[in-house]
Amino acid sequence: MNVGKITSLFENDLNVINMGLESFSETLEEQGVQSTHVLWSPPAGGNAKLIDALDFLNSRKEGIDKANEKALEIIQKGKPEIVDIQIAIDVIPGMTAKTVLHAGPPVTWDNMCGPMKGAVIGGLIFEGLAASRVEAEKMAASGEIFFDPCHHHSTVGPMAGIVTASMPVWVMKNGVYGNSAYATLNEGLGKVLRYGAFSEEVITKLHWMKDELAPILKKALDLHGPVDMKNLIAQVLQMGDEGHNRNRAGTSLFIREMAPHLVMLDENRETLAEVFNFMHLNDHFFLNLTMPACKCIIDAARDIKNSSLIVTQARNGTEYGIQVSGLGDQWFTGPASKVDGLYLPGYTADDAGLDIGDSTITETVGIGGFAMAAAPAIVKFVGGTPEDAMKFTLDMYEITLGENNIFQIPSLDFRGTPTGIDLLKIAETGIYPVINTGIAHKDPGVGMVGAGLVKPPVNCFDEALIKFTETFK
Amino acid sequence: MIKAIIEKDQYFDSVFLMLINSNVKELDGVKNAVVSMGTEMNIELLKDMGYATEDILQSTANDLLMVIEAENEEIIEAAVATVSDLLNKKKKKSSGKAYQPKSLQSAVKDDPDANMVIISLPGDFAAREAKSALNNGLNVMMFSDNVSVESEIELKELAWKKGLLMMGPDCGTAIINGYPLCFANVVSPGDIGVVAASGTGLQEVTSCIDTFGGGITQGIGTGGRDLKEPRIGGKMMLMGIEALKQDPKTKVIVVISKPPAQDVADTVLLALEKTGKPSVVHFIGQAPEKNRNNLNFAGNLEETAKIAVALSKDETYASTVFTIPQSEVQSIIERESQKISTDQKYLRGLYTGGTVADEAMILLEQITGPVYSNNQKKKELQLSDPFKSVGHTIVDLGDDIYTVGRPHPMIDPSTREERINIEADDNEMAVLLIDVVLGYGSHSDPAGAIIKSLKAARDKAKARGGYLPVIASVIGTKKDFQGYEATVATLESAGCVVMPSNYQASMLAVEIIKKGGTL
Repeated sequence: MNVGKITSLFENDLNVINMGLESFSETLEEQGVQSTHVLWSPPAGGNAKLIDALDFLNSRKEGIDKANEKALEIIQKGKPEIVDIQIAIDVIPGMTAKTVLHAGPPVTWDNMCGPMKGAVIGGLIFEGLAASRVEAEKMAASGEIFFDPCHHHSTVGPMAGIVTASMPVWVMKNGVYGNSAYATLNEGLGKVLRYGAFSEEVITKLHWMKDELAPILKKALDLHGPVDMKNLIAQVLQMGDEGHNRNRAGTSLFIREMAPHLVMLDENRETLAEVFNFMHLNDHFFLNLTMPACKCIIDAARDIKNSSLIVTQARNGTEYGIQVSGLGDQWFTGPASKVDGLYLPGYTADDAGLDIGDSTITETVGIGGFAMAAAPAIVKFVGGTPEDAMKFTLDMYEITLGENNIFQIPSLDFRGTPTGIDLLKIAETGIYPVINTGIAHKDPGVGMVGAGLVKPPVNCFDEALIKFTETFK
Repeated sequence: MIKAIIEKDQYFDSVFLMLINSNVKELDGVKNAVVSMGTEMNIELLKDMGYATEDILQSTANDLLMVIEAENEEIIEAAVATVSDLLNKKKKKSSGKAYQPKSLQSAVKDDPDANMVIISLPGDFAAREAKSALNNGLNVMMFSDNVSVESEIELKELAWKKGLLMMGPDCGTAIINGYPLCFANVVSPGDIGVVAASGTGLQEVTSCIDTFGGGITQGIGTGGRDLKEPRIGGKMMLMGIEALKQDPKTKVIVVISKPPAQDVADTVLLALEKTGKPSVVHFIGQAPEKNRNNLNFAGNLEETAKIAVALSKDETYASTVFTIPQSEVQSIIERESQKISTDQKYLRGLYTGGTVADEAMILLEQITGPVYSNNQKKKELQLSDPFKSVGHTIVDLGDDIYTVGRPHPMIDPSTREERINIEADDNEMAVLLIDVVLGYGSHSDPAGAIIKSLKAARDKAKARGGYLPVIASVIGTKKDFQGYEATVATLESAGCVVMPSNYQASMLAVEIIKKGGTL
């Protein structure tokens, strides 16, 4: 009879994990026994069908673990580099003159939220396909325009995420796996297209970005050579950014990277100053680099059989959706949530649109909300206390496959960030990905009104879990 | 009027909520209150009570439900405030702490040296987590009940394969490396190892061992079904015996259980013989067999401890009923029986510990004749109304029938307090027999919580022209946080006679009834 673990218990210090009545743990602590109390809650919200699914999947644990190990390895090894700036139609796969890419899972014009409609209007005006709001709306409704998620085209877009044919885009390449990803250049804060604004100043700025900013940055980039984004992100996490809603360090670092090359260009000083100033005045300039970098990393981990890794979480202002590595291109969606946040002066929760944008791609590779502990100052933007920021990150270790080998959090003794969101762990613990996000005005044409935290809809995870189970049967 | 409040994603354990429940129900003007998690069972209960709103029907096991029925809005608001207050206190307590993991997996990751998992979750989930703990190479103590036999078999087979402890389900007491787990007493270290299929049995025996100057290496609980259910076949008992055999610090092995299935008993005794270590066996309610080889059979829990201590100290054991001088016993019997009136005929035992209740029931039955009880195996002696005593009655108030919606009476003494008050009006009661269980897990002042009702019961008997002797035993040691001596003093201040063990208390009660002339 084997009683090895029992006799070894007798020979070692008692060290307890307690699940249930907390007093059992407290009395042990009083006696000086090491005891960890688990803040337990029923798995899958106590839903019997989901628990059965989890138990079934547990019997396939070996295969799933193996697939997930592979997925995590791909994330860890991924090496996104900024290699170029190009015009969307020239590089984005499947892009046409009348294609409009948008954030989140698929959505029809009729079902689009206010800010997304506003951005579509702005995009069509920018392309010269429409001259006014009325014309743009008519065209959008006519069926002439092909609407498709950015995610279907290796692209990501913050907030409304509108990408049209002649917009300049960053070209990111994964040096290890060879795949590419794209995103537009960030327009700044205030009245901007991604928040649904489409006034003349918005369109004028987009043209300036296309005609002046992008070509100049492209030339500087040519001089610099590929920029290692993984390295930059690792650095910004140690400078108080989390790479999603705080990008001040990242933007500064990027300017520092580009400056010596920008000043060598054969451009007049006023134009260069404008370029510098544009980046300098927009803390979020770096966001449109972290997003495609993350997309570039995680796309390499798609379509791994038996892997429960979440490879996309994205919102279009109407719905939130996820995709799972082992479930191909299928979206699992639920209604977009209300954001719980802080508002800019003059705005209230009544003005808020629902959760929107592809920027939650950052959380899929262990930055953004998952790295909030690295960016305590973020709470000034999204609400809460620095202690909350720490807890958010610690919670995310419960639902991730591992810890990042490059992205680290100084205050956690350089522990790697929680990386690789696991569908099964979400179901098991009832802990959902923490999302911090900007808030757009609910009506087209207004812009940003605040920022905050949001809880994703639960049903899409439940549905994905059931579907994942079916792939084994 | 009725108010229902649902707080999404706020999980609290059920014992904590039960305590809140009883607090709220006591508020003036509150007619009824339910504070519980939105489990299927709780939703059904609310439906039956006519409280199920659409929102309640939609809630999940992670949602906190609060339904309050009261005379007016003001009272409801006060009740809601009370609940929020209690909940916030709990939340605050945990928010000050370092990060607390939210799953077993992350707890294991945080503390790779963990070697024991204590599980007191609702039954449905307990087995699941226990399986996961065993698969992680961790020993398990499962306090939870309502776990199916099938699950227990599966868990114990897994533990058997992995060489791990799977104590329970329904295991409330253990002492590991000298530390009391869940409901257990602070006992001196020593060389006696115990494996027990009974929680209060283990408490009584280890406390007595301490009292008699012995000490404990390990106290392993198996859960009540381990030896009773042939398909489990005493797996944990056998593993416990083997572990104590291999443990160099254990000199004497003690085995306690309710009467096992015959095959299982044979297997266990054989395993015990094979240890070669001096052993004591007590099958509760079963007459002791003749000693053989290294096996000694004891007739009651106290005797089990006495024999074990004698073996530990290489002394010989002499059987006696009372450990206090016979003259003293006689004068107590004299004093307590004198004023009992002729109406007073029956013994009533109100117990919080299941095994000690059984012990009293079985002892008495041999002397007084039929004893009614909710724990009776004999159908004709089961209480037809568990809330009403007839003839000689021993009640185990820890039984599920008495604890619906409230914590075990060791935690919440009000169950017994209420029963004492009912019993007090019965002029046929001749002697009241009680246990008072100290130790971790138990109420902070279990004696203090019932003396008011004990005094009232004695006063009522006196007013009827009779006298009510109350005989108590305190299960615990001088090192228990409630204070053994203070507990005895409290009981004595209410006129109770306190005996050193349940066995002696039961025997004294019998002597008093005999002497009182009602037997």
